[in-house]
Amino acid sequence: MSEKTGKARRGGLGQLLIPLIAIGLLIIFNLIRDPGFFSIETKLNNTGNTVLAGNLISIINGASELAILAMGMTLVTAACGGQDISVGAAAAIAGSVFVRIIRGAAPVTGGTVALAFLACCAVAMLFGAFNGMLVAVFRIQPMIATLILYTCGRSIAYWINGGATPTIDSAITSAIGSFIPGVPIPTPVIIVAIMALLFSLVFRFTTLELFTQSVGINQSAARLNGISPTLIKLLSFIILGICVSVAGSIGVCRLGLINHETLLIDIEMDTILAVAIGGNSLGGGKFRISGSILGAYVIQMLTITLYAMKVPSTDVKAYKAIVIVLLVVIGSPVVKRWFSGLVNRFHAGRAAAVKEVG
Amino acid sequence: MPNETVLTMRGICKQFPGVRALHNVDFSLRKGEIHALMGENGAGKSTLIKVLTGVYGKDAGSIHLDGVEGEANIHSPQDAQNIGIATVYQEITLCPNLTVAENMYIGRGASFLVRRKEYEKKAGQILENLGIPARPRQQLASCSLAVQQMVAIARAVDMQCKVLILDEPTSSLDDKEVQMLFSLMRDLKARGVGIIFVTHFLEQVYEVCDRITVLRNGELVGAYRIEELPQVQLVAKMMGKDLDELNSMNAFERWNRTDGPVVYEARQLSSSESRPFDFQIHRGEVNGFTGLLGSGRSESVRAIFGADHVTGGQVKVDGKPVRITRPIEAMKHGIGYLPEDRKRDGIIADLSVRENIILALQVMKGFFRPLSRAEAEKFADEYIQALNIKTASKDTPIGSLSGGNQQKVILARWLLTHPDYLILDEPTRGIDVGTKLEIQKLVLKLAEDNVSITFISSEIEEMLRTCSRLIVMRDRNIVGELTGDDLTQTRVMQTIAGGEAS
Repeated sequence: MSEKTGKARRGGLGQLLIPLIAIGLLIIFNLIRDPGFFSIETKLNNTGNTVLAGNLISIINGASELAILAMGMTLVTAACGGQDISVGAAAAIAGSVFVRIIRGAAPVTGGTVALAFLACCAVAMLFGAFNGMLVAVFRIQPMIATLILYTCGRSIAYWINGGATPTIDSAITSAIGSFIPGVPIPTPVIIVAIMALLFSLVFRFTTLELFTQSVGINQSAARLNGISPTLIKLLSFIILGICVSVAGSIGVCRLGLINHETLLIDIEMDTILAVAIGGNSLGGGKFRISGSILGAYVIQMLTITLYAMKVPSTDVKAYKAIVIVLLVVIGSPVVKRWFSGLVNRFHAGRAAAVKEVG
Repeated sequence: MPNETVLTMRGICKQFPGVRALHNVDFSLRKGEIHALMGENGAGKSTLIKVLTGVYGKDAGSIHLDGVEGEANIHSPQDAQNIGIATVYQEITLCPNLTVAENMYIGRGASFLVRRKEYEKKAGQILENLGIPARPRQQLASCSLAVQQMVAIARAVDMQCKVLILDEPTSSLDDKEVQMLFSLMRDLKARGVGIIFVTHFLEQVYEVCDRITVLRNGELVGAYRIEELPQVQLVAKMMGKDLDELNSMNAFERWNRTDGPVVYEARQLSSSESRPFDFQIHRGEVNGFTGLLGSGRSESVRAIFGADHVTGGQVKVDGKPVRITRPIEAMKHGIGYLPEDRKRDGIIADLSVRENIILALQVMKGFFRPLSRAEAEKFADEYIQALNIKTASKDTPIGSLSGGNQQKVILARWLLTHPDYLILDEPTRGIDVGTKLEIQKLVLKLAEDNVSITFISSEIEEMLRTCSRLIVMRDRNIVGELTGDDLTQTRVMQTIAGGEAS
């Protein structure tokens, strides 16, 4: 009992401990290797803006799509106790819709871009609802249900534009993908902040967090308290759909083109990993979105560190896997229990020593 | 032949951490006999079965089986099977995606080769012999539940079993299917198989069984021939009450209010789990559903709350016709429901006491109107104090509280919604005596405040102390309604047992 209450009191940080330690270790490791690794400088970019640059900026910037997807994935994981593996493919569809509408307009105005985003958002929500329906109504395991879209998503993305890699060329979209004139912070980073803010507002002004956790922890009890598990699960997939459309649009704007085969390729596994590193149970239930966002930055920092160490790109995944195995094992309940046992023994030992002295 | 003993268990003891599950229990089974093993929940029936089938090891005692030299060594279900003890469980443990014949022969014999033709031929013969309406090559899933049950039995029979254990085989069967199963049981009996029949349905016991062994609190009450033990006495033995003792017990002064307006009324209400029934409750009335476990009492109140799929009937709340097919609709009409299985249906284990308390109110307020943290804390504090909930703090996960305190949190959850009609299904199960009394007092206090309450408990005394009207159920039907002077243990048991006892 005392252990449990202790945990509740420490609750503030508990779950975020692992990703924070991971980030701390990566920072220390990099500083030892290269003291100037995290230095931030300002420089003029090729459109004449003064912008921030450096490894830290590219880490935070590069993790944007991952962080946004991880937010939505956290919700799906919490409600359904399973993961959506189709986010990469769905983002390719969303990106293709975005490109299609931008290319259809002769002069690309702010209105066009807004319309394009709304359209791709609607499409992504629709596909999210499709996944959600399979999971919530037909009770198919999330991974199996989303395998369908994972398999066919990139083909659908190809059909939307009918070409291999259509490009978009507009000042507005490139501002979304890189920098807004006069703002030194990369736009994707700002979008991540906006998304995080939106999530916290939703949690503040709706009961989504309580209901999602209830459904994830005990679906039967949630139902008998008048919550519709079906609706909550469906909702989580639709919200993930919004995240997918934002991530897809950023990805397209970054490159100025859509390549349906490579846009956000393999990001689904990194997304799930970010959720796990963030200390969220992949079996559903209690969750913290902030953990998943930190998890996304851990993954990106690891990748950039490996590249900076001149690890060949073919080997990066293997090294990444080693670090991730360590993180996941350290965060596992077995190690946690062992560790808390150790702490208790230490306290007991100290108490005994104090008694002896007294 | 009929009096030859096939199985003898003597002095069986089994201890679990903190619980004495079986203490010095004797049991014997004859050839060609159907023997009912009876007892209330937690009496030790399943533990005894599991000791016999090698799922649990026994702490003391001996088991002798006809044809086995000395003491039978049963250390695993496989051992039990090998010496001729076969079990058919309540849930079908066969593979629905395989054929009937494959199911009968899977995992048997030393050979890895599947001799399909031979198996199908043998299976066909057995099925025909036993009169089971299934074909060997039919996929098991395409058979009805009763037939699947019978295939499981056929599998056991073909393994040359001497003892066949049927653990609640009829609980998911309809009347016709039960009759099919019974004729199969009688057939096996004629072939000399000893059958142990575990069930909650009293009538079924008297229909097919020859003898009854009654357990209570892990101890043997006795073994009786069926003629010796009328139903009402069986019920008394299961509950551990002497009939005379019961008769002499005085009725308490009872809260009796059936003069107020009818708050809730159902006509021919039915759900996927319950048969159609009529029911009504007045304002400030405390009534109860009673009956043995499996009699349908929980299923009936679940139908009232819309917890199961409601299939028919008319419902009126405060005299106005309404539709209640989902919990949220019941809640909106002022009905609260504390479920029977606290762990499975009540608590959200990882969430805090505070979140668990406000949950139902929050759902009723709606998705876009969350309670502020301050409001939630105020409610939590209020009810932690009012119900004397022992918790380290309101942020403690409910899962780490004791059972009684968890139950109080769930109770607080519903009180917070200020229901007009509160259904409490086994609110006192598995909690200490002090808390039990607190909850009973609370029920009466709520009734004084004009809340209507349906109270269900396995302990008859508790219901007699709190309820002014008892609805008695047997085999999923309402068989009686007791009020006033009829509210005595004897009358309740007579009604449960059916028929008048002297």
